[in-house]
Amino acid sequence: MRPSVQEMIAQSKGKKNKKIIEKIIPFILFLIASVSVLTSIGIVLTLIFETITFFTRVPFFDFITGTTWLPFSTNEAQFGIWPLIIGTLKITAIAIIVAVPIGISAAIYLSEYASENVRRVIKPILEILAGVPTIVYGFFALTFVTPVLQAVFPEIKIFNAISPGIVVGIMIIPMIASLSEDAMSSVPKSIREGALAMGSTKFEVAWKITIPAALSGIVASIVLAVSRAIGETMIVSLAAGSTPRFDGDFTGSIQTMTAYIVQVSKGDAGYGTTIYYSIYAVGFTLFLFTMAMNILAGYVSKRFREEY
Amino acid sequence: MRYIEQQTVVKRMNGRLIANAIFKYIFLAATLLALLALVILLFRIVSQGAGNLSIDFLTNFASRFPDQAGIKAALIGSLWLMMVVAPTSIILGVGSAIYLEEYAKQNRITSFIRMNISNLAGVPSVVFGLLGLTIFVRAMALGNSILAAGFTMSLLILPVIIVASQEAIRAVPGELRDASYGMGATKWQTIVNIILPAAIPGILTGSILALSRAIGETAPLIVIGVPVIIQFLPAGVMDTFTALPMQIYDWSSRPQPEFQAVAAAGIIVLMAVLLFMNSIAVIIRNKFDKRY
Repeated sequence: MRPSVQEMIAQSKGKKNKKIIEKIIPFILFLIASVSVLTSIGIVLTLIFETITFFTRVPFFDFITGTTWLPFSTNEAQFGIWPLIIGTLKITAIAIIVAVPIGISAAIYLSEYASENVRRVIKPILEILAGVPTIVYGFFALTFVTPVLQAVFPEIKIFNAISPGIVVGIMIIPMIASLSEDAMSSVPKSIREGALAMGSTKFEVAWKITIPAALSGIVASIVLAVSRAIGETMIVSLAAGSTPRFDGDFTGSIQTMTAYIVQVSKGDAGYGTTIYYSIYAVGFTLFLFTMAMNILAGYVSKRFREEY
Repeated sequence: MRYIEQQTVVKRMNGRLIANAIFKYIFLAATLLALLALVILLFRIVSQGAGNLSIDFLTNFASRFPDQAGIKAALIGSLWLMMVVAPTSIILGVGSAIYLEEYAKQNRITSFIRMNISNLAGVPSVVFGLLGLTIFVRAMALGNSILAAGFTMSLLILPVIIVASQEAIRAVPGELRDASYGMGATKWQTIVNIILPAAIPGILTGSILALSRAIGETAPLIVIGVPVIIQFLPAGVMDTFTALPMQIYDWSSRPQPEFQAVAAAGIIVLMAVLLFMNSIAVIIRNKFDKRY
């Protein structure tokens, strides 16, 4: 004979381990969730401790004000961070010049003009563009964009800032386009329809209604894209060269913060050397730059959001 | 009182309509330009690399000679890497998501964890490499092994998996939960028997996309010190290895043009792996989409 429901309830109430499981599981899951916090703490502590070791050998003041980056010189190694920052900013500037007009135009097209069918085709393709590994973009910059640029402007060297800058720009287009499109799509239809009913053209609606209303989201997407461009590593390692320089030249070899970290890691700098610790100091600087951008993006999208 | 002058309106209307038409095509052109970039990129790589693709290319080890160079060690190495990254990142990611969605109380600690996850997603991958180098390679003395690289990659894609899993769990209808509680199930029983099965398509889709990011990621591997020229296959997770993007990076950075073609062939293999993973994600998404 099968037990009645009441008996089953009584039986299962008697099981101690079920209660224990209910108590233990939340704790285990809390521990798992704290791994991401530990990761952040790990990143910050790692960078801070190794950077402190670096500053026991290289004066802090020389690092943040120096304009010469000569780590591999045997007798007169110099660690002035500015050439690497300038290199990073060159790449970022070109990337933004390429990506912002195209990305935002694409966002406007998708949110204001495109039919549902067109959107359904274009958005996945943009997602593919976002999913291409950066090493592939780097190869593309080195073997296609650079030769094409050289054919037009012969003064451009094999390693330069322009080609990787353009390709980093292509890489961040989907990010700007999709985040801006999200912001534009969340502008209520009623406002748009109001403007259309007053006789506005679609362009006027986009320019005077949608963009101002979605501006916080658009700006935040650009700031996040800047952060991505600053942290981009493989494209610049392959195509930008490894010459840290403190000038305004875009046509010759440069070096970014990320590319320096790769160059040292590749070359097996002995553990404990000043060069080894320098990648942490550079990584810390890089981390501060991207963190500042991410916090700024969060602030912009919260503080200046138009609520409807 | 000023009335609208019919004539001015008509005169301006023309210009406004022209501007509207012109800008429509400018926006369309910009969108197509982005798509064109993708087409050129794919076309270039296929036309450069297709000639080098062969069974030999898949079964040969790396070589000094471009025509003998193969991708075997890298391909197998990437698979090994995935065998560490997939379980580690999915267990950590889904566990975190369950905690945040089902158990976490609305307090400071929870909002700190949430904020931390979104910040972590913005940290450059090369910085994760520095973390892996210090913690896994040096402090835990794992060396440049599959395990060290796998843990580093897991932490890198963790935020993506957490966010995707959170969305999948949130999308499970409340009625299912209520029905389960109504039948007398405990919270954990409800999670295991009701919520997770319902959320698993979303979780899998997000996880596969995150894993495909890990398989193409190069910078952390370089920082950890993953070598390139490897003439043997790893036998366990503590062995040293090489991976597809590392191999492609090495070939791309060689000056000989022959190696450029080999690099392109390597990229085709990498993109094929990514395409395979993404199609699985799409199939899962379509198959289980809108079940409720």
